[in-house]
Amino acid sequence: MPELLFELFSEEIPARMQRQAAADLQRMVTNALVDAGVTYEGAKAYATPRRLCLTIHGLPAHQPDVREEKKGPRVGAPDAAVQGFLKSAGLNSLDEAKIESDPKKGEFYVAIIEKKGRPTLELLADILPATIRAFPWPKSMRWGPQSATPGSLRWVRPLRAIVATFGAEGDEPEIVPFEIDGIKSGNVTYGHRFLAPAAITVKRFEDYVSKLEAAKVVLDADRRKEIIKADAATQSFAQGLEVVEDEGLLEEVAGLVEWPVVLMGSFEEAFLDVPGEVVRATIRANQKCFVVRKSDGSLANRFLLTSNIEATDGGTTIINGNERVIRARLSDAKFFWDTDRKVWANDPEFKRLEKFRNVTFHEKLGSQWDRIERIRALAKELCKVTGADEKLVNDAVTICKLDLQTEVVGEFPEVQGLMGRKYATIAGLPASVAAACEEHYKPIGPTDTVPTDKVSVTVALADKLDTLVGFWAIDEKPTGSKDPYALRRAALGVIRLIVENGVRVSLSELVARHASCPGLARASTTSDGGIAADLLSFFHDRLKVMLRDNGARHDLVDAVLGNGEMNDDLLLVVRRVEALGKFLETDDGKSLLAGYKRAANILRAEEKKDGEGAFEAKVEPAVLVEPAEKALLEALSIAGEAASLALSKQDYAAAMTAMAALRAPVDAFFEAVLVNAEDPALRKARLGMLAALRRVTRQVADFSKIAG
Amino acid sequence: MTQPVPTSNSLSPTRSFQGLILTLQNFWAAKGCVILQPYDMEVGAGTFHPATTLRALGPKRWNAAYVQPSRRPKDGRYGENPNRFQHYYQFQVILKPSPVNIQELYLESLEAIGIDTKVHDVRFVEDDWESPTLGAWGLGWECWCDGMEVSQFTYFQQVAGQECSPVAGELTYGLERLAMYLQGVDNGFELNFNGLEGEDKVTYGDVFRQAEEEYSRHNFEYADTDKLFRNFAEAEKECKALLAAGDREEGRHLQVLPAYDQCIKASHAFNLLDARGVISVTERQSYILRVRELAKACGAAWVKTEAGGA
Repeated sequence: MPELLFELFSEEIPARMQRQAAADLQRMVTNALVDAGVTYEGAKAYATPRRLCLTIHGLPAHQPDVREEKKGPRVGAPDAAVQGFLKSAGLNSLDEAKIESDPKKGEFYVAIIEKKGRPTLELLADILPATIRAFPWPKSMRWGPQSATPGSLRWVRPLRAIVATFGAEGDEPEIVPFEIDGIKSGNVTYGHRFLAPAAITVKRFEDYVSKLEAAKVVLDADRRKEIIKADAATQSFAQGLEVVEDEGLLEEVAGLVEWPVVLMGSFEEAFLDVPGEVVRATIRANQKCFVVRKSDGSLANRFLLTSNIEATDGGTTIINGNERVIRARLSDAKFFWDTDRKVWANDPEFKRLEKFRNVTFHEKLGSQWDRIERIRALAKELCKVTGADEKLVNDAVTICKLDLQTEVVGEFPEVQGLMGRKYATIAGLPASVAAACEEHYKPIGPTDTVPTDKVSVTVALADKLDTLVGFWAIDEKPTGSKDPYALRRAALGVIRLIVENGVRVSLSELVARHASCPGLARASTTSDGGIAADLLSFFHDRLKVMLRDNGARHDLVDAVLGNGEMNDDLLLVVRRVEALGKFLETDDGKSLLAGYKRAANILRAEEKKDGEGAFEAKVEPAVLVEPAEKALLEALSIAGEAASLALSKQDYAAAMTAMAALRAPVDAFFEAVLVNAEDPALRKARLGMLAALRRVTRQVADFSKIAG
Repeated sequence: MTQPVPTSNSLSPTRSFQGLILTLQNFWAAKGCVILQPYDMEVGAGTFHPATTLRALGPKRWNAAYVQPSRRPKDGRYGENPNRFQHYYQFQVILKPSPVNIQELYLESLEAIGIDTKVHDVRFVEDDWESPTLGAWGLGWECWCDGMEVSQFTYFQQVAGQECSPVAGELTYGLERLAMYLQGVDNGFELNFNGLEGEDKVTYGDVFRQAEEEYSRHNFEYADTDKLFRNFAEAEKECKALLAAGDREEGRHLQVLPAYDQCIKASHAFNLLDARGVISVTERQSYILRVRELAKACGAAWVKTEAGGA
């Protein structure tokens, strides 16, 4: 069966866009084919810095024929209706229509419309240029003389040539004929820009790939990545070193070369005085080179670059050039590092904090200075629940953002926090204050570590809560996929800090109080109470996501949150979920749940008759007859009290044990007793006990939300 | 004293700074560019030269190349940093419309100055260019040679608030950095300026170190900020006044180039004020916007002139 080879050859495509572009190309062309009724066996798209390529195999030579019946008007219908029918069906006269009949409608006209499938080649000649015109580049441009014409082609960078061939194996493929902005489709592409720039005539994907390879182009980005990875590892290994893996950089570098050649360079040992993270950031961000480490984990004075050519001198010139640039960059980094340390040494009072008055944090939320002061107030409050030392926390708040003023962080934002810690350490500040500079940003995402030092925990909570309350106050909440201020991450951070450090805090109160602080109250568009309630439900949502990701049953989370309380102490929510989960794994738990479900079903049915809340009245023991029901009433009263006592002490295991004691009486009750007794008083009392069971369990969770 | 004789060797682009400039000029002259001289005002980059900013607009063909001394007051380092100067040179090429072989022309120019692509790794790395003060943007690349950025390559999409129609291609070579690379020097001040040796040799530092020191002091310490604020306001006012005076509702605009000079003046005053640290972050944005408004007004007026295609 025929196959399509489609290549769009252009000037250099940004590395970060290549993978998505290949996927878009495949999606757009195959969707258009499927929409036209054309199926195919397989498709794959590729990208290099200079080309996007799509191959689709197992295509039919023709689009399938389509036969469609179109019902028309009754025989004898007014002429206008008949004319309309003829026109819409494309018939010349009623002679071309069939007459059919059915019992309801009588005789009516039917047109048989047969559409011959078009040759796939012709179809592609429409689809391919349409795909090019509609291509969703994140940013596109015009170029050349044609750019003076309105509606001229836009592409990510100038498009230079198009290959579009179609044909079966063994045949001479045909060119899918089209022209777009003066570029005619053909069967000619070009090799590597420097190593083999000549034109190459291709037939189909198979010879295309091998001819490209011969012309020093590795088409597949994943193969380029493998080559780089393997060569980098080999060269490092030969020196007794190890590459510091960096998937993001690898992906980018593979998008910068068509013919990867890995070379190793070195720099002066003296630069290793600069913190390793800064060395790495310098070499990575500016030079897109990998760094390597020694067996003890510290950085070696080597780097790995990926060049795009096999140089005739074996790469010596390229290595020398890169070494010079890296030396200059590292000199800058060292200069920044030295300058920053001087600043920290010369201003031990942190007078430079004043500069934050002129740094806007957010237009509506004031300056960085304002923000630090808000964090300070909040952190002070939080000390009460974290048990952190107030003085240390206060000092940590003072300097936690100070590294934003440093040269190193100005140059490499990714080492923010880390540098604060380093400078604070050098300045001789207490270890936990220094650590807080770095750790108060944590955890960043679900897999990052959570700080445990009380000072860090306190400042981290204050930092994130201020962010959340602030953006809630000005109504900049995340919506759908948009979360520009990473508020979901901040909320998850708060939850993890609380849960993993066992912090007991009533979030609503804290949030409401913080929202009423002058800076935020002024900015706020919502009432403090509104912010607190809304933010709490945001926390609950994030908590559900987190617990689910951790493998907890999310029905248990719903059940626990459904206990009718505010649940603004997230630690307790998590503990209850855990306890409930454990309980439900026991026989008592499973059986009690079954009993609960049975009780709830009966109640639901009977409440429909008697009305909501009809059975909530206290049960009079005197009404009861059967020993089993008397026993249950007794058990309910004991368990209810025991559970609520345990809950008041947050002893969830004990609460579950108390409830476990209900299992046997509940089972016995259902065995011995007919709930819907004829005597209305007895019925009401029995239903009243079921309602009591529901109340007792609800103290822990809404069991009706539990699956199974 | 004997008169030193410059040889073709001493004017090789790999031997002297001036040799590099001359080679690029000759190269682009041979490709049909008009070789202009630097604009006689303080500008932050070669793009500010009206031969780029204004000539990039309108339908007319325009191919030009020139050296432009560029001033970035904030980059002053008192002559202590070997890589960063508050005054440096750019070699600027503008080709409108951008020719189909513009990348090949660029690579040929690299060959001409001694960068052999058989041994050097030349790369086009994504770089979206934007000049907030000029109301301009374009797409293109940083051009790397062995990991060093040696040029910027931009397809102008919009300049001075006007859509480019047709699009011009702009090449900017950072001359000091390129020369350092070609001469194999790590310190910009040690660049051989005239290609001679011994006592006849003149270095970049001989020519510019004192200027770097003095201007750094000026930019950071001595520049009269009150005067600069006044300069900014006056230039802004005059720019607007000239644009208003030269505007003939029907027919051509008569005062664009003089008005644009005032826009350049405002921009430089702003750069100095910024270096002096007297403009706060919030104010900064509003100053940039004010310069942009001037640039955009000049762009709108330019397309009503003869050279602008009216």
